[in-house]
Amino acid sequence: MPDIKSLEDLKRIREEAIQKRQLKQETGHVQITVGMGTPGIAAGARETMKAILEFIESRQLANTVVRQTGNIGLDSWEPIVQVVIGSEPQVTYGKVTPFAVTRIMEEHVLGGKIVKDYLIE
Amino acid sequence: MKEIALHLLDIAENSVSAQASAVEIMVCEDLHADRLEVQIKDNGKGMPAETARQLGDPFYTTRTTRKVGLGIPLFQTAAQACNGSLIISSQPGMGTTIQVDFQHSHIDRMPLGDYPATCLALLIAHPEVNWRFIYRQRSPGSSQADEFIFDDAPIKEILDGVPLCEPGVLGYLRQTLEEGVGAIASSAQAVRHSLIPN
Repeated sequence: MPDIKSLEDLKRIREEAIQKRQLKQETGHVQITVGMGTPGIAAGARETMKAILEFIESRQLANTVVRQTGNIGLDSWEPIVQVVIGSEPQVTYGKVTPFAVTRIMEEHVLGGKIVKDYLIE
Repeated sequence: MKEIALHLLDIAENSVSAQASAVEIMVCEDLHADRLEVQIKDNGKGMPAETARQLGDPFYTTRTTRKVGLGIPLFQTAAQACNGSLIISSQPGMGTTIQVDFQHSHIDRMPLGDYPATCLALLIAHPEVNWRFIYRQRSPGSSQADEFIFDDAPIKEILDGVPLCEPGVLGYLRQTLEEGVGAIASSAQAVRHSLIPN
């Protein structure tokens, strides 16, 4: 089990997170969905999700939620990542390797520009 | 799948599809008995015995978009190839437990792989589920197993609404899982090396 000391760390992390939210203006909410059906997992979706979480952690991104979805029937395009920023329409990317994650996070999520190289029309 | 940890991720997704609100994953590397055992236990809707019997058939699936469900058959085949087995225990309304075991030293046994990454992916993907992850290792010649248990309930209680995707929280979860599993694995490694005769 997490020991008492590390739960104390978590309380401090919680306080810092709440303070940050109070200081930050409400920016666009970002939702990132990773396909985690059997073909997605076989194609490397866990590594894709890991790369997304590492990006959020290292760049301290706020207002970003990561979710999963099952098999959406595009097996040969796995790993699949869907991005929704604010009230914009959903964008679906395919063959999203950890390298592709960096481009999508930088260029689309942070830069606002869809990455055509991975886009599934 | 190239890792047991990826099969665990796949099977745990089935538990969530079965509307489980609590899922426990247990991994035990018993180097004394030369077995690697995993167990995925959920409190989802369960299934009758006739359905449980069909899970090893790749053409049986609850999916409506496809006629194939490969997750369980592939894992079962992998275990059977290593002097192991996959056993399903389930009752309607009582949840499901999948137990899979392998001969640990079998030459064809795929690696356990990145168990902490599987745990983190499940925690983040399904925050509404109570996740419990256990990692146990028993060294040769040892009567006891070392154990690491991760339960997200006290963590979610402290967070009290702060999302798991908050960067500081992500770091905390990742570190706790990696260090917890790593500590057990490395202590058994040290014992193993000390037993090698000079």
